[in-house]
Amino acid sequence: MHLAYPAVLAVLLFCVGLYGVLARRNAILVLMSVELMLNAVNLNLVAFDVWLRDSLHAGQALTLFTITIAAAEIGLGLAIVLLVFRNRGSSDVDRLTGLAEPHGPGTPHGPDAPDATPAAAADDEKAEATA
Amino acid sequence: MTLITLAALVPLLPFLGAAAGLLLGRRAPGFVRPLAVLPTAAAFVLAAVTAARQGTGAPTDGAHRLTVTGSVPIDLALHLDGFSVLIAVLVGLVATCVQLYSVSYLRDDPRYPSYAALVSLFTSAMLLVVYTGDLMVLLVGWEVMGICSYFLVGHHWETEAARAASIKAFLVTKLGDVPFLIGVFALASDAHTFRINGILDAAAHGRLHHPTVIALLLLAGVAGKSAQFPLHTWLPDAMAGPTPVSALIHAATMVAAGIYLVARLLPVFTASAAALAVLGAMAAVTMVGSGLAALAQDDIKRVLAYSTIGQLGYMAGALAVGNRDAAVFHLLSHGAFKGLLFLGAGVVIHAAGTNSLTAMSRMGSLGKRVPDAMWTMGLALAALAALPPLSGFFSKESVLRAAEHASSGDTAHVPSAVGWTVFVAGLVAALLTAGYATRLFLLAFRGSGPDAPDHGRQPVVMTTVLWVLAIPTLAFGGLTYRELPDWFGGAPLGPTLLTSVLGTGLALVGVLVTYGAWSASAATRKAVPVGAVVTADPDAEPALVEAEATATHQEVYGDIAAADDPGDPGRLLLGRLHPLAAHGFRLDAVYSVLFVRPVLAAASLVRFLDREVIESYVRAAGGTPKLLGTAVRRAQNGNVQTYLSALLAGAVVLAVLVAVGG
Amino acid sequence: MNVSAAAHPGFLSPTGVEITFVLIGLATLGAALLTVTTRQLVHAALWLVVALGGLAVEYLLLTAEFIAWVQVLIYVGSVVVLLLFGLMLTKAPIGRSPDADSENRLVALGVGVAAAAALVWVVVDAFRTTWINLHGVAQGSSRATGESLFRHWVLPFEALSVLLLAALVGAIVLSRRDTGSPGSAAPSPAGATPAATPAADAPAAGKEHS
Repeated sequence: MHLAYPAVLAVLLFCVGLYGVLARRNAILVLMSVELMLNAVNLNLVAFDVWLRDSLHAGQALTLFTITIAAAEIGLGLAIVLLVFRNRGSSDVDRLTGLAEPHGPGTPHGPDAPDATPAAAADDEKAEATA
Repeated sequence: MTLITLAALVPLLPFLGAAAGLLLGRRAPGFVRPLAVLPTAAAFVLAAVTAARQGTGAPTDGAHRLTVTGSVPIDLALHLDGFSVLIAVLVGLVATCVQLYSVSYLRDDPRYPSYAALVSLFTSAMLLVVYTGDLMVLLVGWEVMGICSYFLVGHHWETEAARAASIKAFLVTKLGDVPFLIGVFALASDAHTFRINGILDAAAHGRLHHPTVIALLLLAGVAGKSAQFPLHTWLPDAMAGPTPVSALIHAATMVAAGIYLVARLLPVFTASAAALAVLGAMAAVTMVGSGLAALAQDDIKRVLAYSTIGQLGYMAGALAVGNRDAAVFHLLSHGAFKGLLFLGAGVVIHAAGTNSLTAMSRMGSLGKRVPDAMWTMGLALAALAALPPLSGFFSKESVLRAAEHASSGDTAHVPSAVGWTVFVAGLVAALLTAGYATRLFLLAFRGSGPDAPDHGRQPVVMTTVLWVLAIPTLAFGGLTYRELPDWFGGAPLGPTLLTSVLGTGLALVGVLVTYGAWSASAATRKAVPVGAVVTADPDAEPALVEAEATATHQEVYGDIAAADDPGDPGRLLLGRLHPLAAHGFRLDAVYSVLFVRPVLAAASLVRFLDREVIESYVRAAGGTPKLLGTAVRRAQNGNVQTYLSALLAGAVVLAVLVAVGG
Repeated sequence: MNVSAAAHPGFLSPTGVEITFVLIGLATLGAALLTVTTRQLVHAALWLVVALGGLAVEYLLLTAEFIAWVQVLIYVGSVVVLLLFGLMLTKAPIGRSPDADSENRLVALGVGVAAAAALVWVVVDAFRTTWINLHGVAQGSSRATGESLFRHWVLPFEALSVLLLAALVGAIVLSRRDTGSPGSAAPSPAGATPAATPAADAPAAGKEHS
């Protein structure tokens, strides 16, 4: 089999994941895109391992490690997203502008904004409205 | 105790007294007065012992090198010879008298501790200058005196006059000190040593390569310190300080430092005829000009200040004709009687409640009120006018004799023209000196009119000090002029017939003419009542009365120096010169036009350049990054995705560049 | 590599494996694209399942059998489930949500396309004549992977287990409700559940091949 096939597929998957990371608004969707990128790398690792017939199976071992670390990452990432959601009432990445220069129209929330509960409530209403 | 140790103690004691006084002044007020008087008195006794032990023997030298400086070495050196030990005795005597006098003169002054400590420090610096054998150490004492003078003149810093006078004294003397410093360095680089003995050795063997330049640079510092024309203008203004300060600093010691320095380094000056000529011209202008100015002053202390300048002119003249023995002789006798005159003036001002001669001339009984001051000041004024047999007569005769000797071309290295200049100017100045001395005495003690206000009996300490100083005034010259040549190792100093007749005759003429003018203007004085008298509380300390009088003089008479008094004999004698002389020949105005205003204009130009030109660069240098920062701030919108997009786009661009380029 | 270059069969005469690989790859790519573009959040997770499953098939085609099963087990089995839990817990809207993409979309598209173009060009340029020999001993059989993993990679493996433990603890700490404020009576075990899941899965993945 040509190495170009898996390599190109990995590149394309990676770039799709890249697009997702940059374009998606929901933090969980961003995490999904990150998973896509990791998988693209995994595919590369496996393909090159098979091609080089590595006697140590370094590529496959590393793939396994990556998968494990990705699982840990997704667990931690989701925990963080949940925390942010609880505090801010939103998990939209582009609204988390607490570190912005304080001049634009979107005045950022403080790190421990006292309006966490009302914001969550508002988000509840929004969620119900969309549903 | 060796002689050198003894001599080293002399400047050290007042220094320690000053340090202790400054440290303990606030905490232990009871110790301040002993700490002020005792070290100075002890230093005086030690100086006298040193002088007795040194005697007429060969100069004693002691040196200690603290550290190696790399180039020209600097030694803590003491040099004792006839000049230094005698001047040290004078300094100790006057300083002790001044400290004693100050105890009652400034008895209630809240700043007395710092005042006394500064006087002690000043005394110590002067003794250091006198004893030292190294120019660098001398410079230390020289500058310490300058700064002490600044503080002491500004003792009454609440008044505008004292503030201005202290700054003026400091700046003008510094103006001379800068060339002086350069001159010292040039001298040391030529002679390869700062030791005065080494320098004199180099000068004697012609190893000084630039004697004229060096001598002129040193003369600038001497003119500043010793108040010679054209840097004398600070001295009359410095009379804003308390009277004891005037007596110590501006009569007996600090101004003597310049003369003493030239006397020590005289071979350097005689190596250059041009320097001697400049010194002679300076001395002549100073003598005559100060005599005229003194004749027109209204403030009693300013009269004395100008007389100091004139007497210093005599000393400078003696140096210009290459005779340092005469100069130091005159310095010694002058130090005694001028200290007496200033201290007496303090008593008179306290008793009269004014410092204005015009006002004193309208008081009936001032002489009876302060008989001690009248008698001692009369003696001192006679000595100032060089009437025999007072000490001033002998010392001034020695100066005139030296000038006469030089004018006949008999003195080596000295052009006879310099001798003639000094001789003629000395004779004119003798006339003028006798004139203003008589005027001062007559106006102050022979006034007529209502009685002076009673300020109570003068403190015993103050009058005692006057009598103590009257002894050398009376007897020093006559008793010692035969002995001094042994101490100085020079030619005889006694009066010759020619100069005695000329000098005394002119002095008598001056006395008589002034007396005549005074009698002639008596009617006018009766007709025109002028005068403002500070009626202070009799128990108030004398210094306060004086400060009050100085401060109000300008308000009452419209001028700090002169009074508009038609009954002044000085006005009669000077005629149209009077207003000019009263203002020191408007030298201050000339300086103001020549130096002050250009400097102020340059300063405002610099300020304009700094504010408008340089600061605009600074503002631009700050503004450009600020603008850039504002632009960059816009990118900081807090959205992580934007940041990441830019980051990854940059990575792609870099990767493509590497792929294409590599 | 010289050998493979000499025996290069060309792209116009594909083998069966290649055809299968490309077809599955196209499906995977399509699913991935739908994952990042769909406006229904839950659908995105489901499309992600398809994409990850497709990748597992690709692993199989590359003779990496063990990796393929681990992929199915962990990614399809647990990660996606976790993500779905996350969507639920953050009250993600069900159905089309018009604001799923941020304003950064066009920039992202530009960056993504540019990166894809550059990388594809580089990769194709580098590997167009490289041939993978899939015959012979399978490279990724469970036996081979297990032997290498526990013979050569034991230490990183154990270190990884420590990492997993740390992640487990971290996730629990992060997602705990603040016990200091009992007044906020929201559904409390919400955070603990997702944190426990990967920890339960990951050791399972490790034990699978021992």
